[in-house]
Amino acid sequence: MLSRTADNLYWLARCIERAEYLARILDTTLRLTALPLAYVGPSNEWQSAVATAGCVEAFSAAYGEANEQTVTHFLAFSAANPSSIRNCFENARLNARAVRPALTVEMWDTINGAWLELKKWGDGPSSRQDFASFLRWVVESSLRFDGSAYRTMLRNDAYWFSRLGVYIERADNTARILDVKYHLLLPAIEPIGGPLDYFQWTAILRSVSALTAYHWVYRENVKPWLVAELLILRDEMPRSLASCYENLVQNLDRIGRAYGRQGSAQRQARTIRARLENSRIEDIFQAGLHEFLGEFITSNNQVGAAVTQQYLV
Amino acid sequence: MFDEMQGSTESLQAVRPTYAALWDWLGEIKPEILDVRRREAELLFRRIGITFAVYGDPEAQERLIPFDVIPRILSAAEWDVLHRGLEQRVKAINAFIADIYHRREILKAGVLPEDIVFQNPVFRPEMNGQKVPHDIYVHIAGIDIVRTDAETFYVLEDNARAPSGVSYMLDNREIMLRLFPELFARYRIAPVENYPDELLQTLKSVAPPTASADPTVVLLTPGAYNSAYYEHSFLADKLGVELVEGRDLVVKDEIVYMRTTQGLKRVDVVYRRVDDDFLDPLVFRPDSTLGVPGLMSAHEAGNVTLANAVGTGIADDKAIYSYMPQILQFYLGEAPILKNVPTWRCRENDHLAYVLEHLEELVVKEVHGSGGYGMLIGPKSDQATIAAFRAKLKLAPRNFVAQPTLALSTCPTCVDAGIAPRHVDLRPFVLAGRDRIRIVPGGLTRVALQKGSLVVNSSQGGGTKDTWVLDR
Repeated sequence: MLSRTADNLYWLARCIERAEYLARILDTTLRLTALPLAYVGPSNEWQSAVATAGCVEAFSAAYGEANEQTVTHFLAFSAANPSSIRNCFENARLNARAVRPALTVEMWDTINGAWLELKKWGDGPSSRQDFASFLRWVVESSLRFDGSAYRTMLRNDAYWFSRLGVYIERADNTARILDVKYHLLLPAIEPIGGPLDYFQWTAILRSVSALTAYHWVYRENVKPWLVAELLILRDEMPRSLASCYENLVQNLDRIGRAYGRQGSAQRQARTIRARLENSRIEDIFQAGLHEFLGEFITSNNQVGAAVTQQYLV
Repeated sequence: MFDEMQGSTESLQAVRPTYAALWDWLGEIKPEILDVRRREAELLFRRIGITFAVYGDPEAQERLIPFDVIPRILSAAEWDVLHRGLEQRVKAINAFIADIYHRREILKAGVLPEDIVFQNPVFRPEMNGQKVPHDIYVHIAGIDIVRTDAETFYVLEDNARAPSGVSYMLDNREIMLRLFPELFARYRIAPVENYPDELLQTLKSVAPPTASADPTVVLLTPGAYNSAYYEHSFLADKLGVELVEGRDLVVKDEIVYMRTTQGLKRVDVVYRRVDDDFLDPLVFRPDSTLGVPGLMSAHEAGNVTLANAVGTGIADDKAIYSYMPQILQFYLGEAPILKNVPTWRCRENDHLAYVLEHLEELVVKEVHGSGGYGMLIGPKSDQATIAAFRAKLKLAPRNFVAQPTLALSTCPTCVDAGIAPRHVDLRPFVLAGRDRIRIVPGGLTRVALQKGSLVVNSSQGGGTKDTWVLDR
């Protein structure tokens, strides 16, 4: 297939994945800020949301203070922020439009429908309730896109490249949210288990839709190192770094087999997967969670660059 | 005026036989049901994303072409005439272009003046003496036809560069089949859905002799911002070929390749929807980013077929159009089956004098214009407009031709007030391959939705209809 087509499919999937992630962050932040101060501490949750989205600099350049109004506008509706939810949908549709023949009717319908629907929201919601339903709608659109891709796409390179986009973006998002909140997970600070930590930890889980999963996996109270373990090492958790890399390696291998050759993208992804497979959460904490995540984000980007180099240009 | 259903717009004469069943059906169907289906059709078009862009109108970056649910119907006998006429015309066009870029017999014979060719901006000196594979220049033609009475069809324009609209022909039929199955039960209609197949066969048949037995075809588009992008992606999809942009192609050692996820892949036939000017920055406009550097050198080496070839604009120029009957006679020794609209060439003094005297009754068009822009429809214009146009015309008479205002036929059309006659034209698509000429029965019927309007162009408020050619 054309390199440009593969590139469009890859970015299409990334944009949708990112839109969903932003919606989840905003939803979680709304919840946290609705709690009394005593439960969440004095930290500015809106500032933290911007950090989790990875666009602190662009935000501070455009706005002074991080509050509900500025952050929701910036992350959800801003035309100036290249990765606002709105622009994610715009870019997703642009990419989709450029590769229409490679998409199934169902996928196109989902993206085009979402893009048309987005116009209804104009420059922002009229109320908090309105905003909440907007966020729900974003998540649903992403699920619909994922579902239609899963159920209708031929299992060939087009599908595999779009999956690569999903998992690289998802791994990046999970690592980022952990990194921003890592100080909350550091077990050194005792005593733990106060209401403050509890709400912050559940917020992390919620933003990657893993709260219920946590209880199923651990059948325990929410504990910081288990939260970290779940999101980094447990491959049964679909948003964990381990699961993302399990899937990345699988899809890269399929491409490699179909094309009869493989390259540095495959090798790098396998190295990362092996590292995740062989790690224990204790060791990660020992060596420093922040350092671990920083390194992961860098090498994840490198895999993305290797995929681009090898196939997309 | 001639109405295709009722025979005349002034008075109801007998309903013409091809329309009898439609007439009955229109009498039976409740207006509110028709209305619901109309809205359904619009929804379908919007959902599939069939839109087009209007240049210079930021408000409407993507707009729907209005679709009218009442079909336009042609009998098998009527289509026969059209078919033969179209085939004849496209044969002559190909012979003419080949001649112009090689021996120039027609100029030596004095059938048309040399300067009308050589001073024409669409004439491409780069093509002089260049061989094109199998000597076919125009592989895809869209010939615009209008009708003035039961027997008379005129060719209004030959589109020999990159005619668009075929996706609407195909989509209109799909949507009609979905919305009005009961109407299809009353007619036997020749299918059009095989068009992509015929197109692919045509394109493969003209691959250069150096190509493999199963040549690689691509469709070259200017990109997602082009007004016809929907059609490009639609066709690529139906043809099962890659939709490429200039940056996807690369020329090495005079061979064209596309960049794929598995490395470079050789390309044999480029169905290009990029204008000559932008095709190769090394030969034409150097600032073009839409084209492929080196494409023309690969063409010159005989390693790639461009469909349509470069320089075919010389056959759809409106001044040259006026010579088409003589061109047909010259190459085929046949009288034209389809009429030419009488045309005054303002470049000639006596013609210009006549035109200036009769502006109120004529349609004056720019020789290189398209899309219905920059033209004067005398009978529909006020004195001020005519005066302004007169000045423009005097300033550069070479740029204009004039034709009588034809009484275009009308077809019943859904409008706000119910069903009313509206003017239509027809663009059938003619495919010229190495083996033969293929024409799918039908084409794109465009309809001027404004009452009395004669402008059917989609950029100016025209709509489309499904076109039915009845089976024998």
